[in-house]
Amino acid sequence: MAAEPLDDYIDAVSKALALPVEDAWRPAVRANLEVSLRLARLVDEFALPDETEPAPVFSV
Amino acid sequence: MTTKPEMTAADIAKAVAGGQLSALDATEAALARIKQHDTVLNSFTDVTADRARAKARAIDADIAAGKKVGPLAGVPFAVKNLFDVAGLSTRAGSKINRDRAPAKRDATLIERMEAAGAVLVGALNMGEYAYDFTGENVHDGPSRNPHDTTRMSGGSSGGSGSAVGGALVPIALGSDTNGSIRVPSSFCGIFGLKPTYGRLSRARSFPFVASFDHLGPFARSVTDLALAYDAMQGPDADDAACTTTRGLEPTTPLLANPVSDLRIAIAGGYFQKNVFPEAVEAVSRVAKALGATQIVDVPEAARARAAAYVISTTEGASLHLDRLRRRPNDFDPAVRDRLIAGAMVPAPLVDRAQKFRRWYRAQFAEIFKSVDVLIAPATPCTAPKVGQVTFNLDGVELPVRANIGIHTQPISFIGLPVVAVPVPLELLPIGVQIIAAPWREDIALRVAYALEKMGIAAAPAPRGL
Repeated sequence: MAAEPLDDYIDAVSKALALPVEDAWRPAVRANLEVSLRLARLVDEFALPDETEPAPVFSV
Repeated sequence: MTTKPEMTAADIAKAVAGGQLSALDATEAALARIKQHDTVLNSFTDVTADRARAKARAIDADIAAGKKVGPLAGVPFAVKNLFDVAGLSTRAGSKINRDRAPAKRDATLIERMEAAGAVLVGALNMGEYAYDFTGENVHDGPSRNPHDTTRMSGGSSGGSGSAVGGALVPIALGSDTNGSIRVPSSFCGIFGLKPTYGRLSRARSFPFVASFDHLGPFARSVTDLALAYDAMQGPDADDAACTTTRGLEPTTPLLANPVSDLRIAIAGGYFQKNVFPEAVEAVSRVAKALGATQIVDVPEAARARAAAYVISTTEGASLHLDRLRRRPNDFDPAVRDRLIAGAMVPAPLVDRAQKFRRWYRAQFAEIFKSVDVLIAPATPCTAPKVGQVTFNLDGVELPVRANIGIHTQPISFIGLPVVAVPVPLELLPIGVQIIAAPWREDIALRVAYALEKMGIAAAPAPRGL
């Protein structure tokens, strides 16, 4: 994702969640979001059956 | 009888129960060591001296009255400052939480340790809100490595690693969400147990990522680790994740059982990449001592680490959302900026990570049909310098902070029990993970004990003090 669209996205989510992002923090927030999205995409690319249950409350 | 820093918890408890050492003398010795060394180590944020002395006197009174005392009688211990300690605000490494009212009741695990006779001497430094692998803290300063105080303790249970590695106390408690017990164990050269998810109660501790949070002990010997673990087991209605189906399963009586019947393998693939030579050497020594030659590839471990990262950053963001709105400038900026980014990850990607988690767990269930124990590095390297920002892993310059836990995250992701064993290399110690199937802490501890008896795993005396 290019930096500019991600900046637009950061602005939109910041407003939607009433979450402040000061200009001084923006580069670090963007860098962290890029890492999070890159890793999330790695998971997203892995095909799972539709029936797969999530494990939000995990028991072993 | 006087205490020595290298006295184990088992030694202290035996001497106290036998009347050769008073609990008060054992406590005073720990308080004196804290006073002498913690100006350098910076492992404690609170020393509960009055409470400790009162508890110790009560134990001594019980012994004088001929009453039976617990298996940890007179043993000093300390807890990461995300555990509730009655009378203290549970700061969880943060500035913001210092405004909380003092806790009215101790965390369950403190109550259980004290019921076994242990004596709480204080609360320990940690990375802010446990979102950390370094042991550094912008509010309280870094906890330091007892073998070289210019180096990191590891985190986020940095004070726990530093205090036990520095022999200030024989036992400490910490938490492990993605590696926060195993990383400081590795860097500080001590034993650490991350039990099965749901084994030990987390009641009255400050959370981070509810579906990954574990509490557990650190010690300088496997016997001490097992004594503490056994004392803390048991169901607890105050923690929704704490098991109600497993009874007490004491491990101490099983430690010396042979390991020759166990099928022990080396975790391959992902777990043999991104490592410095010292991690390779430590795994090799452990594998050789155990006669392990089989290499088992863990499928999709890199993706598991990615999923653990995504769930951690988003669940952490959810936990702190209101604090991020109200007091963003009171966070460590590095923590704040990661949490804000976490709040912006779209929900479907988090759901995908949770679904992947179930798939990945099934792969491990298959592995454990033919293997009892997996061996893997605990950290890619020995302790980096305090403040070090990057290191070179397999030819790529990467941020230290995010990559210290790359070998621990894919394991806690599915709640497997692990003992981190310290391998004392020439310059600095480094840990190896002994990973067992769910609920088989006894096996991981047994293997750790065997390695200790063979002289392969040991907590070295602190060289930096």
